[in-house]
Amino acid sequence: MQKVFTKPQSLKDCTTHYCPGCGHGIAHRLIAETIDELGLRGRTIGIAPVGCAVLAYDYLDMDMIEVAHGRAPAVATGMKRTNPDKIIFSYQGDGDLAAIGTGEIIHAAHRGEQITVIFINNAVFGMTGGQMAPTTLLGQVTTTTPLGRDPLKQGYPLQVSELLAMLPGAIYIERCSLHKPALIRNAKKAVKHAFQLQADGAKGLSLVELLSPCPTAWRMTPTKAIEWMENEMIKIFPLGRLKG
Amino acid sequence: MSERILMCGNEALAESAIIAGLDAYFGYPITPQNEIPEYMSKRMPEEGRVFLQCESELASINMVYGAAATGKRVMTTSSSPGISLMQEGISYLAGAELPSVIVNIMRGGPGLGNIAPAQGDYFQATRGGGHGDYRTIVLGPSSVQELVDCMPLAFDLADQYRIPVLVLADGIIGQMMEPVVFNKKPRRKLPPKDWALTGADGREQNIVRSLWLKEGAVEQHNYDLQAKYREIEKNEVLCEQYEVDDAEIVVIAYGIAARIVQGAVNKARQEGIKVGWIRPITLWPFPTEQISKAAKDFKIFLTIELSCGQMVDDVKLAVAGKVPVQFYGRPGGGVPTVEQVLDKIRQLTLRQENVI
Ligand SMILES: Cc1ncc(C[n+]2csc(CCOP(=O)(O)OP(=O)(O)O)c2C)c(N)n1
Ligand code: SF4
Repeated sequence: MQKVFTKPQSLKDCTTHYCPGCGHGIAHRLIAETIDELGLRGRTIGIAPVGCAVLAYDYLDMDMIEVAHGRAPAVATGMKRTNPDKIIFSYQGDGDLAAIGTGEIIHAAHRGEQITVIFINNAVFGMTGGQMAPTTLLGQVTTTTPLGRDPLKQGYPLQVSELLAMLPGAIYIERCSLHKPALIRNAKKAVKHAFQLQADGAKGLSLVELLSPCPTAWRMTPTKAIEWMENEMIKIFPLGRLKG
Repeated sequence: MSERILMCGNEALAESAIIAGLDAYFGYPITPQNEIPEYMSKRMPEEGRVFLQCESELASINMVYGAAATGKRVMTTSSSPGISLMQEGISYLAGAELPSVIVNIMRGGPGLGNIAPAQGDYFQATRGGGHGDYRTIVLGPSSVQELVDCMPLAFDLADQYRIPVLVLADGIIGQMMEPVVFNKKPRRKLPPKDWALTGADGREQNIVRSLWLKEGAVEQHNYDLQAKYREIEKNEVLCEQYEVDDAEIVVIAYGIAARIVQGAVNKARQEGIKVGWIRPITLWPFPTEQISKAAKDFKIFLTIELSCGQMVDDVKLAVAGKVPVQFYGRPGGGVPTVEQVLDKIRQLTLRQENVI
């Protein structure tokens, strides 16, 4: 029998701890496929975030480091500056990248660090139980916005990709989503492009934002979560290439 | 460079780190250590190595974390408020067992304090400082030459034990100029960095981490760290002593305070007072045994610090109630004079006579 679909080599053969319907597993697969296809495993170092993907190194089979919450872009900078021939990527949630680590991502982009950032936006803090994130939508109920996010009290959803796209040091920014097969194929192209740029020595930071379902913290069924992304989330976080 | 040259402490330590094989320097300006990033910004690129002025101390220490994880020799420098910001990263470096060197050219605190010399960060440096059950090796040089000598040692200790090493000096040592010689002494034999992240080319993945979720795993990790700390305590204590045996008063001080003490002790000896001194060079591991051995007969111990009293706690622990420990210090940028220390010594002799 001819095999038409297999597990990427850079992905370990194990069960993940992610909830049913979560987007992290899909995002991991896209990264693993990309690294295999571009033949980069031998010179890649990945940075796992603090968040639901903190154990990413248990699933991705490559050299990896675990870092403090939000600090991945600084860690990536230290690695890339001292190892310009290596492929360095950070994998960060919206709490990690858009709340505690806003300073680090803005400055890494601002300096044009030659790294790749995979930014998982699920509009919520998943790991700590579903609190508001900077990316939480207006009206969205979370454990710390029990009445729904009110812009006058909690501010507006932060569009980090738009913000970063303004910086000359960022060379490629694209927002994709993981809620439909066709969109996942687009996301794969974007992830691959972001890694390819680094492998080609492009002079700047590339970032792919992946809108990702979090049925658990959204208190929705996986199917409802997909509908919510289609009807609500992509209105505030429109898909497409923002730069490069 | 083997001739004697006149250099300021901050620049001398920077050059010494470069000679010790520093691959990358990351830092954020803060007085009184700005000469270090300024010097590095010129010299590191000259050597084809990495210099980066970071956006904050949080970023500096995390860049150190990243570069250290790939097996590079890396350091950052700062002064008290900046070191407070680095504590998160230092705890992670300790947890992930990453070799790294962090220099604190202390100033007066708490808060923004002032930019004058002080030793108020002793607790923070020797107790871990960040969260969790950890220690860092802490070196407390007391001259520009010793600052130069302790840099290669700091890197070697960091690599040998996979531990962050702190160099704790104060504003005066950073700023003052003294003649120094850069010695290329033989280095320690160091273990290979086979744990480093270099890309899993033809081997299994390496993981650098400080999270241990399985039941009992973080406890075991902590026991392993503690075993390493005990080994460091056994092997790496450095301290200097002067005329302690016949002394009735033993003065303990480190860093710049030790220089002042040495001046005062010499004068006191000329006056016929039987006084000696002990100078801890490693602040952690602390020379507990050496101090404990000296704590006998009818000696009085006197600790002098540029603080309200921090190292004095370690001295008290070391003497374990065997002899009285007196303290004299001036905090937050106040520097005791030789005359003030001498007065304190004289007072103790008077009191001793009264007692006896
Ligand atoms: C300094 C610090 N503050 C807070 C936390 C607790 N914490 C862990 S994960 C997290 C948020 C994670 O959210 P996100 O980055 O969006 O990732 P997700 O879990 O949704 O994938 C927080 C606040 C921490 N580990 N460290
Ligand atoms: S809480 Fe959300 S982000 Fe975390 S694993 Fe579950 S679904 Fe995924």
